[in-house]
Formats: sequence, structure tokens, C-alpha cells
Amino acid sequence: MELADIIVKFVLVFIIFAISLVIAMYSTYAERKVAAFFQDRIGPNRAGPWGILQPLADGGKMFLKEEIIPTNASGFLFIVGPSLAIMTACIGSAVIPWGQKLTIGSHVIDLQVADINVGILYVFGVVSLGVYGVMIGGWASNNKYSLLGAIRAASQNISYEISMGLSIIALLLITGTLSLREIAEQQHGWHWNVLYQPVGFILFLVCAFAETNRTPFDLPECETELVGGYHTEYSSMKLGFYLFAEYINMFISSAVMVTLYWGGYNYPGMDWMAAHAGPTLAPLIGVGIMFFKIFLFIFFFMWVRWTIPRFRYDQLMDLGWKILIPIAIANIVVTGIVITLINR
Amino acid sequence: MEPLSNKRKVVDNKPLNFLERAYLPAILQGLAITMKHFFRKPVTISYPEEKREFSENFRGMHSLKRDEDGRERCTACGLCALSCPAEAITMIAAERQPGEENLYREEKYAAVYEINMLRCIFCGLCEEACPKEAIYLDGDIVPSDYLRKDFIYGKDKLVEPPLNQ
Repeated sequence: MELADIIVKFVLVFIIFAISLVIAMYSTYAERKVAAFFQDRIGPNRAGPWGILQPLADGGKMFLKEEIIPTNASGFLFIVGPSLAIMTACIGSAVIPWGQKLTIGSHVIDLQVADINVGILYVFGVVSLGVYGVMIGGWASNNKYSLLGAIRAASQNISYEISMGLSIIALLLITGTLSLREIAEQQHGWHWNVLYQPVGFILFLVCAFAETNRTPFDLPECETELVGGYHTEYSSMKLGFYLFAEYINMFISSAVMVTLYWGGYNYPGMDWMAAHAGPTLAPLIGVGIMFFKIFLFIFFFMWVRWTIPRFRYDQLMDLGWKILIPIAIANIVVTGIVITLINR
Repeated sequence: MEPLSNKRKVVDNKPLNFLERAYLPAILQGLAITMKHFFRKPVTISYPEEKREFSENFRGMHSLKRDEDGRERCTACGLCALSCPAEAITMIAAERQPGEENLYREEKYAAVYEINMLRCIFCGLCEEACPKEAIYLDGDIVPSDYLRKDFIYGKDKLVEPPLNQ
């Protein structure tokens, strides 16, 4: 690897890191604004024009708040929890292909940090690490509510990871590869996987809601039952990290869903665009399309949050084990049969 | 018995059918409803930039009135304080001196007139009790403040500005 390539990679890592942080920041603003619109309100509009500086004000507030570590909490693990949560949230974006190969002059830049051939497995590994942040934080707080929240988070994430993995297997039967780059390339034009795997997509979507702890599956942090859930005892920026991690997770899972099912950076008419806009501009338009799709998904996350009430804990488990897993297995069987019949 | 309103609804405990148990149709229905609200005009009134119109008989902050010559109408009879159910009004009466005829209408006037806005319940009984038509609750909403003592409004805040200003 040449030095130039390494520098390009570092710049790319930095840009993606910055973008995911900014998107997470403005997701908090968007969440409040979207919530307001759904409830016939205006939402934050005092900090800057249309309240656009609200996330900065919130961030400043988080930094300046008093840092409280409870006496009976485990000091080391108490700090490890939020660090782990934000770290696993940030490293998930490494394998996502953001666009086609970008040509600037004679230089070809791969708009993906690491094109590893087991990209999906990497994403799953990172996602399942994510629950440790919540679990350790809840356990270290030495508080019943936190512990209950952490236990719920653990059981929920483990249950839904199974159906999430099963829903992906049906997709892998079609694509025949684990590399996210190849999966994205296969969906050229409008051959998006959602057209071939609608059931798999719905399963994946439901599980993504559960994995990111979003409503209707936000049991680990439900205020009405558990005060604040796993982050009851947290204050200041450590609480900020937990909240931030949730929004970064939302962004990353939206990106994964777009890449796996909604064609990633592909869009109808991309060949025409590539022929007319040149090798520099056309991939950038693809990146724009990808982010547009991601924003639509983030909006959908919020839309659902302000529509559906929270599931009861037993309903959550029933849905995961008795409904989603059987459907996912049936989906695999049907997909396998169809593929075998077509290829014969 | 005949239902008195049309709001009666028969409740049944029928088990959910398959579509209802599948959640998704109901969720889509809900999403459609919330999306309708997304494009609806917000009902928020951005106080203090915008203010809601008060009704005609709105009772706000008190004002002590002057007569057509600009003299204070209040004679410190104390009926308002007596009628006040919240005991928010106190006053100290004084005698009008010669030469002050252009300031006070009667021979007696209120040297100190205080209303505790934290006690006041804006019932309007002082207004009704006043025989001199001197007090009316025709003002705005009482503004917020930081200290309790700042809610005790004296004559400087209550008396109408003089006519010639």
C-alpha cells in the first residue's frame, strides 16, 4: 500500500467519523422537530434560525453538567459502559460502501474504509458488541432500575439478533457473497434486493428497531417503568454518550438497511448519469442518493416512534421468538426452493 | 334503557383475527394517521411574540381608574379589601390636603394601595364591590418575576397614567 493510499484512507475515516457524529447530533434536533410536527407543534425554534443551533446548546449543556459517579457504583465499569457504547456505534461504519469508485484525475478512490469479504459478519459482530455497553453500564450503576434495564436490553438484543441473522441468510442465498461492496454492486440500477426479499426486509427492519432500542422496542430505557432504564444513574457527557450512541446506531443501521436491501448508492438511470456526468461527479451523486435514502430511513425511525406505543415485555419476547423466527425460517426455505427451481 | 348520548359503545372480547394479530396493517393505519398530522398547521401560539386574543370579559391585572378630570377615583373605603376572598388587597387611607383637589376626587384617598399578585385569584369581586368604579381587572396577564416581594404591586404599577400624558 502506498503512502498516498494510506493518507486517503485516513481522510476517509475522518470524514465518515465526522459525518456520523454530525448526523447523530442533528438527529437529536430532527427527532424533536419531527416529534413536534407529528403532534401539531412547532418544536425547538429559539436557538438560531429555526432552532438550528439547538444541538450545540444541548452538547454544551451536557459538557457543563456535573459529573456524578454514585458511591456504590463500580467506578471503572461505570466509565467503560458509555465508552464501549459510543465506540461500537462508531466502528460499525467501517465496512459500509458509501459510493462507487471515485476517480479524481488519475487517482481512483474507494469510497469504503475496509472492503473485507465478511462485511456482514463484521456488522453483526459490532452490533452484538453494542449491547455490552448497555449491560456494563446498567450493571455498574448498582441500581435496580438500571439493572432491570440492562437485563431487558441484553435479552432483547440476543433474541432479535437471531431473527435478524436468519433474515440475512435468505438474502445471502440470493447474493452469494458476504461482502457489502459486492452486494451493493449487484443491485445496479433498480435491481434492489427489497424487490426479491420483501419479507426478509420487513424482518430485518423490525429487528433493527429492536437492536437500536427504538420505540416500539425501547424497553431498556422506558421512562414510565424504569425511570431512565440503564442510564438512570448517568449524568453529564456519559449520559450524552449513551444518547449519542443510540443516534449513531440509528444512522448505521439505516445505512446497512439501505446497502443490503434498498440498493445502496444505486438508482435507476445511473448508467446514463455515469456516461454524462463523468467519473468524478457520477459517484458523488450516488453518494448523495445513498444519504438521501439513509435520511428517509432515519425519518421512518422517528415516524414510527411517534406512532406506536411500547410493547409489553412478554409481547416483545412472543414477537421475537414465536413469530419472527418462524417467519424467518420459512423465508429461508421458500427462498432456497425458488432459487433451486430457477437454477435447474 | 335508551342511551342518553350517542357515545355508548358495546365492548366485546372477541379474539383478534389474523390480520389484527399481524400488527402490520394496524401499524400502517397508525402511520397514515400520524402523517396526516405531520402536514397539519401547528396549533402553537408563540407567546410572547404572538398573543392569544382575550375574551371580552377576561380578568387580568388590576388598574386603578381616574375620573374624567384625571383625578384618582379611589377613596380608600376598603370594600375591595373586605370583599377579597384571597385577602390580597391592603391599603392605607389618607386625608386630602388643600391644593390636592386636582389629584384626588374625594376628601379621602389611598396613600398606599397594594395588591399581592401571588395571592390574587382574579375573581373580580373587588371590581364588583367598588362603589366608585375605581378598580377594574382590565389589564394584561401579570408578568413573571423572580422574587415574591416583586409581586406586591403598589400604586406605581396599578394607577392609570395621568390623562395629559
